[in-house]
Amino acid sequence: MAPAVPRSGDAIFANVERVNSELFTLTYGAIVRQLLTDLEEVEEVNKQLDQMGYNIGIRLIDEFLAKSNVTRCVNFRETAEVIAKVGFKMFLGVTATVTNWDSEGTSCSLILEDNPLVDFVELPETCQGLYYCNILSGVVRGALEMVSMKTEITWVRDMLRGDDAFELQVKLLKQVPEEYPYKDDE
Amino acid sequence: MVREVSESCMDSLLTEIVSSYCNRFYANKPELAARRIEAIGYQVGHQLSERYTMERPRFSDHLEAIKFICKDFWSELFKKQIDNLKTNHRGTFVLQDNKFRWLSRMSGDPSMELSNAAQDPSAMPENKTAQATGMHLYFPCGIIRGALSTLGIPCAVSADISNLPACSFVVRIKV
Repeated sequence: MAPAVPRSGDAIFANVERVNSELFTLTYGAIVRQLLTDLEEVEEVNKQLDQMGYNIGIRLIDEFLAKSNVTRCVNFRETAEVIAKVGFKMFLGVTATVTNWDSEGTSCSLILEDNPLVDFVELPETCQGLYYCNILSGVVRGALEMVSMKTEITWVRDMLRGDDAFELQVKLLKQVPEEYPYKDDE
Repeated sequence: MVREVSESCMDSLLTEIVSSYCNRFYANKPELAARRIEAIGYQVGHQLSERYTMERPRFSDHLEAIKFICKDFWSELFKKQIDNLKTNHRGTFVLQDNKFRWLSRMSGDPSMELSNAAQDPSAMPENKTAQATGMHLYFPCGIIRGALSTLGIPCAVSADISNLPACSFVVRIKV
């Protein structure tokens, strides 16, 4: 029996083109800072970061599928494991752990203890209410939507708010059936 | 060991900065969008050059600082140095990267469209590829300006892509 799903993204991460994470981290920080200046409302910044993430996720899923050779996951549990161990690793170079499953197997938490987005970051008092890493939840939501899963993603814990880890709750809302036949000429 | 992330992360952010500012926040005001994208780059350049010069002695003159940008700074960002540096010795420097990484993934054939655009600037607004490429370049221009300003050199930076895939950054030091 062939191992259908890679259990780790280490090998893929080792083979992709990589950049210095400082450039990435500081660029993200500069975006958040500029959005706070331009949009003024923290709520609106959260919304826009999520939207940016969503836009990235719907594109990144293609690269993920192409490079990871992941085939169809048998259930949402497997999907969550693949995101945590392969997806996060392959792009951000870190892995998440999956925990806090509900009894139906449709809701779980992704826990990140190491998160390159927040290196050097401290939130000032005026930014209470900001979900600094909201782009990440948008990416996961966008990527899953492209493989027919509608999800709702919320931050449960946030190290920038004093928690001991980042915890993203991922709730599967519904699985959209794929439509056949695909139109070949589009 | 230097911490790294996949290049796609950086490419994705850059694409999203440009599309958010050009298509959502300032859809009909490209000059404003450009200024914001440049400002984000400026902030990044400012912080990076502080980090990369922490343990260095002060630069003795403008040329030394520019050389630092061409070699060490560029290598940290793009794993290669600037390929060619020219100056008129009156405060203008041209930094040429023969294969600028952030343009190598642009789709379409910007070289053709841009050379047309260069001949006929009025065609610019209709030329989406050229416009998008131009918008992407405000970010690295901002990075260079931010880095040099932090080193005590106020300047203006523009980009010239008439020789794609080469990209030249023109630094004009303010006196």
